[in-house]
Amino acid sequence: MTDRREQSGGADYAVRFENLQKIYKMGNNEVRALDGVSATFEKGSFWAIMGPSGSGKSTMLNLLGCLDRPTAGKYYLDGRDVSKLDDDDLSDIRLKYLGFIFQSFNLIPQLTVEENIALPLYYLGWSASERTSRAQELAALVGLEKRLRHRPTELSGGQQQRVAIARALSNDPVFLLADEPTGNLDSVNSLEIIELLVKLNHEGKTIIMVTHEPHIAAHASKRLYMMDGKIQKVEG
Amino acid sequence: MITPGRLFRDIQLGVKNLLLHKLRSFLTMLGLVFGVGSVIAMLAVGEGASEVALEQIRKLGSRNIIVTAQKPAEEQGASNVRSFISIYGLLYQDEQRLQGTIPTVKRIVPVKIIQKEGRLKNRSLEMRVVGTNEHWFGLVQRPLIAGRVLTKLDIDEKSSVAVLTEHGARRLLASEGVIGETLRLGSNYYEVVGIVQSESATEGAMQTPDQMTDAYIPLTAAREHIGDYFTQNKSGSRVRELVELHQLILEVDSEENVEATAGAIERMLATFHKKKDYSINVPLTLLRQAEATKRTFNIVLGAIAGISLLVGGIGIMNIMLASVTERTREIGIRRAIGAKQRQIIAQFLIETVVLSFTGGLFGIGLGLLIPWVIEKIVGMPTIVRMSSLVLSLGISVTVGIVFGIYPAMRAAALDPIEALRHE
Repeated sequence: MTDRREQSGGADYAVRFENLQKIYKMGNNEVRALDGVSATFEKGSFWAIMGPSGSGKSTMLNLLGCLDRPTAGKYYLDGRDVSKLDDDDLSDIRLKYLGFIFQSFNLIPQLTVEENIALPLYYLGWSASERTSRAQELAALVGLEKRLRHRPTELSGGQQQRVAIARALSNDPVFLLADEPTGNLDSVNSLEIIELLVKLNHEGKTIIMVTHEPHIAAHASKRLYMMDGKIQKVEG
Repeated sequence: MITPGRLFRDIQLGVKNLLLHKLRSFLTMLGLVFGVGSVIAMLAVGEGASEVALEQIRKLGSRNIIVTAQKPAEEQGASNVRSFISIYGLLYQDEQRLQGTIPTVKRIVPVKIIQKEGRLKNRSLEMRVVGTNEHWFGLVQRPLIAGRVLTKLDIDEKSSVAVLTEHGARRLLASEGVIGETLRLGSNYYEVVGIVQSESATEGAMQTPDQMTDAYIPLTAAREHIGDYFTQNKSGSRVRELVELHQLILEVDSEENVEATAGAIERMLATFHKKKDYSINVPLTLLRQAEATKRTFNIVLGAIAGISLLVGGIGIMNIMLASVTERTREIGIRRAIGAKQRQIIAQFLIETVVLSFTGGLFGIGLGLLIPWVIEKIVGMPTIVRMSSLVLSLGISVTVGIVFGIYPAMRAAALDPIEALRHE
């Protein structure tokens, strides 16, 4: 814990894919979920990954989130090759460098807002007082400083997603990985959340968001369209 | 990696999770509570019962051999004949023979027992008069309360002196100022010279002639004053008996020689007694048998304990497996955030250990309560050993670990992607 803010691997990109492949074997059939994807996500950018279901979008999300390993190809995260790491090391990468935002918020219902925000810090080994002050700081950032003692179920969907964003920011990740972050929200809350993400991006956060809603994707600075396991086109 | 602070936080987390489902946690623990409680209670009752038995035997002396006069079976029928004189028992000669011929015998205490009415001033009491020698008090180990015990001089001089038991003394004279008073036994007078502690009357298979209201007098005096004939009135017929000695208590020089000496005594008595009018009891043998019984008992208890704790453990495993399924999504979230597999294992394992440890503690509470209640209500002596508490708590925690490891590993092995999708 010498300098926990030292996150940069020194690269000018957050993520670089080199000919990334993910092949699932279903009996005798091979499913090429990702079929040679090469892309670079620069630091400070806001990407939206789009595509119909079955396009390889979810596979890309799982690989980006270090929840899965590619069959072939390279994945560099801020200069580190993470394509061949084992489960323990991948856990470590997720803990230190990634921040997840899910469609269904995925807060732990038994924990308070404060404890949910500070959950990654718990696994990072921060002390209780450090966790509390960081959680307060982040709750203020997402406008929930008055809700620290509440349980997630006592909050609205929009508020829950803000808690999730605060949690994703707690370890100051290389990039935020958002999976349909507005999918479970009404239009008002959707707008609030996407504006919060845009604001975070303006403050320098790299964001990669998977969505199928064009009006949400429109807020991103770059859009990547997937089709049949390949990149169809890149906009912006 | 594992620091005390971190462990403490993990335990806190575990306790918190368990408190979220208080009833379920409590019910999960219940198996172990009853398992541990019944183990401790059973051991306590077993210990108490065997301790009573062992204590009774130990009082007889582990180096002692007790030869008791016994009316031969064939004479019991014959004694119905009017005024038949039944002659049996140990002889004065036996004492001398044993004394002289078996070198491992250190001391011999001859005992003659006669029922007489004791009278002191205006009170009277049916007493058991025990004619014996000075070694009695050494072998039976009864603490002296006041005055003195019988001495060799008393025996040699056939002194008319008596030592009473505390209980007898109290009943004859409601004070301890009984020393120096004159006690009438039958038609003879004895000076009370001492009081020894009475043994609380306990039910036992074997009793040394040491009841609550005994009067100990020199054997020599008993022979002279009372003689060897006894007349008993039994269902209308008078039975006369000639018994020289009712008991011989022999002290052997060491425990190793006790059994061999008992054999030698047996052979010697068999040579001189045509009828089997005596029995030989060896407290050491009884002690060993009692200890062997106790060991068997403990093994049986251990097996029962093992089964009940196994059942408790299966209960824990069952609930933890259900808990893992129920918390699949939580596990997925924790894994996605960066928790390692071993941290998930630790989380669930700590919960089971907290459960089983707490269950063990409640079980100890129950295990202390049950023997206490048994002692209060049934009046059975119980002994709760510290070792049984430590052992059962240790087993309880071990059960928690053994039966918690599988659910914990199942939890850790979940694919985070699948777990996050779990509804």
